[in-house]
Amino acid sequence: MEYVIKTDRLTKRFGDFTATNEITFEVEKGEIFGFLGANGAGKTTAMRMLCGLSIPSSGTATVAGFDVYKQTEEIKRNIGYMSQRFSLYEDLTVQENIRFFGGIYGLSNREIKTKSEDLLEQLELKNEAKKLVASLPLGWKQKLSFSVAVLHQPKIVFLDEPTGGVDPVTRRQFWDLIYEASAKGITIFVTTHYMDEAEYCNRISIMVDGKIEALDTPANLKSQFKASSMDQVFYHLARGAKRSD
Amino acid sequence: MEQFINFVKKEFAHVWRDKKTLLILFGMPVIQILIFGFALTNEVKNSEIIVMDQAKDQASQQISSRIAASRYFDIQNSVMNNKQMEAAFKKGKIKMAIVFPAGFNEALLHQRKAQIQILADASDPNTASMLTNYVSSIIQDYQNSIDKAAAIPYLIVPEVRMLYNPQLKGAHNFVPGVMALVLMLVCVMMTAISIVKEKETGTMEILLVSPFSPLLVILSKAVPYLFLSLINVASILLLSVYVLDLPVNGSVALLFVESTLFIITCLSLGIFISVKTDSQQMAMLISLMGMFLPTVLFSGFMFPIENMPYPLQLISNLVPAKWFYLIVKSIMIKGLGFSAIWKETLILGGITLGLLVVSLKSFKIRLA
Amino acid sequence: MRTIRFLLEKEFRQIFRNKAILLLIIIMPVMQLIILPLAANYEVKNINLAVVDHDHSSYSQKLISKITASGYFKLTGYNASFKEGMKLIEADKADLILEIPHGFERNLVRENHQQLFIVVNAINGVKANLGGAYLGSIIRDFNNDIRLQLLPVSKFSGAAVIEISSSNLFNPLMKYKFFMVPGILAILVTMIGGFLSALNIVKEKEFGTIEQINVSPIRKHHFILGKLIPFWVLGNVVFTLGLLVSWLIYGIEPLGNLLVLYLFASVFLLAILGFGLLISTFCDTQQQAMFIMFFFMMIFILMGGLFTSIDSMPDWAKIVSRFNPVSYLIEVMRMVILKGSGLRDILPQLGTVGVFAIVLNAWAVWNYKKRN
Repeated sequence: MEYVIKTDRLTKRFGDFTATNEITFEVEKGEIFGFLGANGAGKTTAMRMLCGLSIPSSGTATVAGFDVYKQTEEIKRNIGYMSQRFSLYEDLTVQENIRFFGGIYGLSNREIKTKSEDLLEQLELKNEAKKLVASLPLGWKQKLSFSVAVLHQPKIVFLDEPTGGVDPVTRRQFWDLIYEASAKGITIFVTTHYMDEAEYCNRISIMVDGKIEALDTPANLKSQFKASSMDQVFYHLARGAKRSD
Repeated sequence: MEQFINFVKKEFAHVWRDKKTLLILFGMPVIQILIFGFALTNEVKNSEIIVMDQAKDQASQQISSRIAASRYFDIQNSVMNNKQMEAAFKKGKIKMAIVFPAGFNEALLHQRKAQIQILADASDPNTASMLTNYVSSIIQDYQNSIDKAAAIPYLIVPEVRMLYNPQLKGAHNFVPGVMALVLMLVCVMMTAISIVKEKETGTMEILLVSPFSPLLVILSKAVPYLFLSLINVASILLLSVYVLDLPVNGSVALLFVESTLFIITCLSLGIFISVKTDSQQMAMLISLMGMFLPTVLFSGFMFPIENMPYPLQLISNLVPAKWFYLIVKSIMIKGLGFSAIWKETLILGGITLGLLVVSLKSFKIRLA
Repeated sequence: MRTIRFLLEKEFRQIFRNKAILLLIIIMPVMQLIILPLAANYEVKNINLAVVDHDHSSYSQKLISKITASGYFKLTGYNASFKEGMKLIEADKADLILEIPHGFERNLVRENHQQLFIVVNAINGVKANLGGAYLGSIIRDFNNDIRLQLLPVSKFSGAAVIEISSSNLFNPLMKYKFFMVPGILAILVTMIGGFLSALNIVKEKEFGTIEQINVSPIRKHHFILGKLIPFWVLGNVVFTLGLLVSWLIYGIEPLGNLLVLYLFASVFLLAILGFGLLISTFCDTQQQAMFIMFFFMMIFILMGGLFTSIDSMPDWAKIVSRFNPVSYLIEVMRMVILKGSGLRDILPQLGTVGVFAIVLNAWAVWNYKKRN
């Protein structure tokens, strides 16, 4: 089995607060890995360390075969990232955003052109290509954001609560995009609060108070906790949590 | 009333939390007073000049040493020819050159008439004319001293007395100006931004749907800045008296009352801006560009208002800082009482009232 | 290199997209350059003079008319008592009082010696200094006139006379605007460059877009360069507009070489933009960046030698002003525009500002952390 993410007792402390406490897990190539936890459980911190945005306090980890301490720039070449907050440029048009992010990931002009045409087609944004991103509805923004994150065909894409505040129909469409990317061999690492989305994942981990309390396929977890739904599994684990915000 | 106090407490908490901004709010007046008090003077001294002494005789050397002894000048030692002198002017190394022609003493003794040439760098015209004046009077003194024997007939001796500021310190002029500037900045910018910020983040809605009067909400935002500003007034006064040796000739109580009035004027201006704008950036730009520069320019502490073209003089009447500057100057330095400043006080009060009425009106329209 | 192209493309697009701000950047300096020199006028004239004449003689009349004819003074009061004159000073209606004592003419002729009293409101040092000096020299002239009138020429010519011929280099008409305009232009270029760059990176932080940059393989110095170059171009545009305004409106044509001027302005812009970007990397919100930049701007501008001369400052302040990039720009602008100084004359300043540019930008790159 080939692992694209491997962590060993990865820890991040802010002062005397331990946001992420000795988490150890592996993510297989091509899988959709769900990263669950209540607010403040330490998911975003863990994800930021893996993306090279945050320096770990201790422990080790590799992403796409590169070390999170020393080889962050190599990691960045091989990943895509979509943050909790919408972070494309609102004062640029759809097309300009695609061009810019394609450009800084080193795509050639021809690639940018063909890819952005494909992308606009796929997202049905052709008529909006020259509109400012600020004027798009939230759901479209999120889809665009995801497409931009996988534009350069990264090995792994990290999604931090990608569907927050989005209506159920758009969420469904969003997951279609995720499956499509997964089918192309891109590993998906996704955090979410929606338990129905957790069911779409190949495997999920559940974090409580900075620690990983459970990690398996949704089916196995349900039987392990004798629960009928992921909701119950999550509730069972998370109600013991001491911190939340 | 209890609600109001609770609101004010919340606002104080906001202000205390942002330590970086707080540091600047309190640090700014201190640094400014020190810069204005010590570093900036309108006096011209230690100007670097050269003396091109082609005579090198008794008279030229005596005049040179009198010039060297004056605190206005620093004579550069290098000997130069005309070309080097021109280069020195262009490099900004010297501000003035004094040229004694050959045979200066000779001419003075025998022909009873000698010439000195002064070349001044007039790219800075005021400095040039002050320096020329200083040199002229040194030479005049010398001339009088050599003629002591033959008393000069019909001599008019002007006796000059410098009022209020005998040492010509810059601080006398600047401290009242800095007070106006700092209060303006703290009150206008901070209130405007903190109110607009609540609009931007949407918390204003929450406050407005609460059962308290919207007017109270706005007023409670202004109260912390009133306190902060009064502390700034006190620290500016303490610094000027104990560090800059500036007198407070008039009544301190009156000064505080007038300062409070001016602070309220500024707060109303801040409220006015916040009612009219929707984004922090816009509020910042308006208070910075619209308030800061006019305050510096039109309050009269940097540049004399009477030198400005008439339309600008009219505009200056609309700037609250101008009136406050006049008030502070009158109380602090001239030691005058209320009878001398009632007109300025009335104008400030009028501006404040006007601003409050207009902001309240447009605030109500917004709510309706 | 290709990355920089994309960064630049994006920055320019963003700048041109926000027409209101762009307009502000272009219009504001032009407007200010037109208005400020009118307001910031320290040409000392129209000094308000109150005369208290106790003598009412022909000499006192002559002296007064000589003073008013000089063009420096405006007679705002002709009072019977010193007390009334003082009231004018207290009300700021007069800057000086000239008191001519009773028996001025008689005593001068009989006793060969007579005093005049001048009282100056010295709160404003420059005005006091110059006003006193002008009045003094007019009285000296008046004194000479009287002497020539009263004495046979031969007797007076016995005293030695030193004639002073003074010439005013570079600005023979002593126009204060010539002095102020280049300085104000320097300040405007500084403000535009400083504030725009200070707010820029912080804005990306506030909007969260910087995350997307940080997670990409963009090199840090590419990112900073991508921010630096657009504002550098913009700064040069503003500078050019400013030069045009000062030529068209104030008739100021640079005496020196324009290329030298642009060379220095370009290096200076790099330094001040680097400073703005550095502040930007330190702050979390636009409000903070604004306040901190404002704080430094104030020190830079006030201590930059625009209004008051650096030579007259105490030693510690002179040392501080050596680290003030703005003081070099103001100095060089005046040197090149008014005195026609050449590249060789400004080399020391150019070198210093160059070092600032390198240090500040390197620091900004170093302090911009893609991860924490």
